[in-house]
Amino acid sequence: MTAFAPGRILKREKSVIPGFGITFGLTVTWLGLIVLIPLAGLFIKTFELSLDEFLAILTSSRVLNALKISFGISFLAAVTNAVLGSIVVWVLVRYDFPGRRIFDAIVDIPFALPTAVAGIALTTLYAENGWIGQFLAPLGIKVSYTPLGIYVALVFIGLPFIVRTVQPVLEDLDGELEEAASSLGAARWQVIFKVIVPAVLPALLTGFALAFARAVGEYGSVIFIAGNLPNVSEILPLLIVIRLEEFRYADATAIAVIMLLISFVLLFAINQLQRWTDTRVGR
Amino acid sequence: MLRKLLTTAAVVGLLSVPAFAAELLNVSYDPTRELYVEFNKAFAAKWKADKGEELTFKQSHGGSGKQARAVIDGIEADVVTLALAYDIDAIADKGILAADWQKKLADNSAPYTSTIVFLVRKGNPKGIKDWDDLIKDGVQVITPNPKTSGGARWNYLAAWHYARQKEGSDEKAAEFVKKLLANVPVLDTGARGSTVTFVERGLGDVLLAWENEAYLSLAELGDKFEIVTPSISILAEPTVAVVDRVVDRKGSREVATAYLNYLYSPEGQEVAAKHFYRPRDEKVAEKYKDKFAKVELFTIDDAFGGWRKAQKEHFDDGGTFDKVYAR
Amino acid sequence: MGHVMTSVSATILEAEFAAQASVIPRPVRTEPAPVRWALITIALSFLSLFIVLPLISVFQQAFSRGWEVYVAALVEPDAWHAIQLTLTASAISLVLNVAFGLVAAWSIAKFEFRGKGFLLTLIDLPFSVSPVVVGLVFVLLFGAQGFFGYWFIDNGYKIIFALPGIVLATVFVTFPFVARELIPLMQEQGTAEEEAAITLGASGWQTFLKVTLPNIKWALLYGVLLCNARAMGEFGAVSVVSGHIRGETNTMPLHVEILYNEYQFAAAFAVASLLALLALVTLILKSILEYRLAEDHKR
Repeated sequence: MTAFAPGRILKREKSVIPGFGITFGLTVTWLGLIVLIPLAGLFIKTFELSLDEFLAILTSSRVLNALKISFGISFLAAVTNAVLGSIVVWVLVRYDFPGRRIFDAIVDIPFALPTAVAGIALTTLYAENGWIGQFLAPLGIKVSYTPLGIYVALVFIGLPFIVRTVQPVLEDLDGELEEAASSLGAARWQVIFKVIVPAVLPALLTGFALAFARAVGEYGSVIFIAGNLPNVSEILPLLIVIRLEEFRYADATAIAVIMLLISFVLLFAINQLQRWTDTRVGR
Repeated sequence: MLRKLLTTAAVVGLLSVPAFAAELLNVSYDPTRELYVEFNKAFAAKWKADKGEELTFKQSHGGSGKQARAVIDGIEADVVTLALAYDIDAIADKGILAADWQKKLADNSAPYTSTIVFLVRKGNPKGIKDWDDLIKDGVQVITPNPKTSGGARWNYLAAWHYARQKEGSDEKAAEFVKKLLANVPVLDTGARGSTVTFVERGLGDVLLAWENEAYLSLAELGDKFEIVTPSISILAEPTVAVVDRVVDRKGSREVATAYLNYLYSPEGQEVAAKHFYRPRDEKVAEKYKDKFAKVELFTIDDAFGGWRKAQKEHFDDGGTFDKVYAR
Repeated sequence: MGHVMTSVSATILEAEFAAQASVIPRPVRTEPAPVRWALITIALSFLSLFIVLPLISVFQQAFSRGWEVYVAALVEPDAWHAIQLTLTASAISLVLNVAFGLVAAWSIAKFEFRGKGFLLTLIDLPFSVSPVVVGLVFVLLFGAQGFFGYWFIDNGYKIIFALPGIVLATVFVTFPFVARELIPLMQEQGTAEEEAAITLGASGWQTFLKVTLPNIKWALLYGVLLCNARAMGEFGAVSVVSGHIRGETNTMPLHVEILYNEYQFAAAFAVASLLALLALVTLILKSILEYRLAEDHKR
């Protein structure tokens, strides 16, 4: 924090515009009060544990399983979104069909719809007597109250991240490059894989990381549909809540710290990817 | 723009500041929602008649252990009405209410009792009659997590005691409970969550439920279910207490105490009985006796030497639950 | 992340463009018709199945027992209080986030200093923290067993299990929304106009009100819109700090959960449908604002 004190290591260029000191000071103070100090409190609380205790909590089978479930299913959901989301982007950007603008707009629904509402809606749809569940049940596929339900919820919340990251890049893509490749004799699939895919790849990876980060932390939509069975369909955020309810603050804190560290890493990755995207599209 | 926003915020903020009135917060466990809706109305009417003061009630419901945690974390409950004595002991251990709270009211501070019964699907397709049927292959049992739910702890101990009596040892009982838990596909955090899982989501063949919760499900959802009463079960004593730290600060001790005492009055007992809690009052019990199945009941004190001991042996870290549930 | 969502207007322009261009055959830039239709089918079935159907089912379930049950569920005192609480908490969070967003954007976009990238990363941090962790953090700080112990409670301040806790959790979760909308736009617009105003003798405050604010008003509204949608819908963080006191600390999303757990499915979906309606209104306003924003970016 002290490293941020204006004037110490920050050398700002001379400007006639006033208000740097006060706005910068307020920004850092408010950031500190709302975000940094509370998060620091979490770390301090962890120091009440010895390293052995900390490791014992994290390597208990239930936590390990929740880690696997949270990260495994979030990964699968993000992959699904990367594939299907790319198709959606392609269709929205390149083709014209009736209702295109409406479909474009509804991609944002998972952003705007409260997660608890999404949770109960998906649960009802995919339950054995639900609109979709009734067709899956005869096939022996159960979605609600199984890990598959978590997957469905995470695909739902992750979709807009992929679409809204890749869409602008694909829109800006210079058509002449494709035409040139095509007139030089490249087949359509070659054009797609040699010209288009490399161009949108950084954006796609950014969208993937965003969807993945969001999925790992997601709580509201998942708890309704997951069934919440320990070691089978119990996600990390839920395990934190359960530990808290069991009055095991140390466990809750240790798991939270690990999740927080992982968020830092993901955020760092996203930032790097975004920088890469920006340099690739020359912004 | 900004000014408009600020004004809106201020107006909305002002609107939501409640007018002052005596207010009582009752932090309770899951299946008492309907009970306290009616009881609060009855008590408010009585308080108004006696003291001429308007009373408003606030309720919070959830798994009993979770609710105890909220009180320990500082929720300003005037009274707690939880599923079992241990959760109130946990609050007392933090000095938030008197250590001898359970002696302050009659009947171990449990104004009404209940027990654990089985709720099965119509026609009882799996032929479930007693505890033994719960450990059969292919029978799915729904019960909440004993770590967070009071009802689940009663379920667990009832099964344990049944097996111990039948098989003769704690080791056999542990095996029995382990088999039972292996048949559990979902562990919700509270009794109500489990009921929803069983009733609404259609999961499982049998729900281990509070008697009152089972009857409520029948009343709410009609003829899709049946209640099976096992040969023996546990006498569940949901306990109540005034939260000393809060009432002393707020000055609400008088009304909080009157509130809990009213639970023991004939009127309070009637309300409890109507909501399928077994009343303590003999006259009321006699009036409603046809409502409750006859079942041999044992108490936690006789079978397990009290809640503190049971909690330590079975539900604390490294207790029997952790051992039999470690998969 | 906010800027992820800024492309609908571009798409609309593109659509008009495409409509004109479709007359001219350009075989090199597209796929054979069967492939096209197959891809469109895949994309639309996916969107319908995963997004449209859940939305429809909310309204279908909400009205499954008729209008009376629907209205009754919304005017019921606890539901009504939940609506008020949600509006109050989001309004306060919005004001705080707008103030922070403007201040942060001013210092970050109008000045050059080292460590700016790091500061931006810290502002983004709340995006990737799980809501549940946010709730836990505030319980650890302000709970009676936390750092401050009983100090707040004994002095008559309720933080967690009360409005301030709900606001804190909401502000944390929505922290970057406004700032992240404003910063890129203000950076793009540069400082020339402000410098001119200052040189002509305007005060800093006048410059901000007369020069900067008109330039960023649509972006500000856009940020407010996204922030509001998230604030009203927040579940995980608020759930941990709320205490679930009916008629007092239950927000709309928490009330949905409670009703859902009380077998009152039609009522649960009725309250949920209000939130879904909010989502739809948000989307419509967003599309309008995006068009305005595209204009601002072109300046």
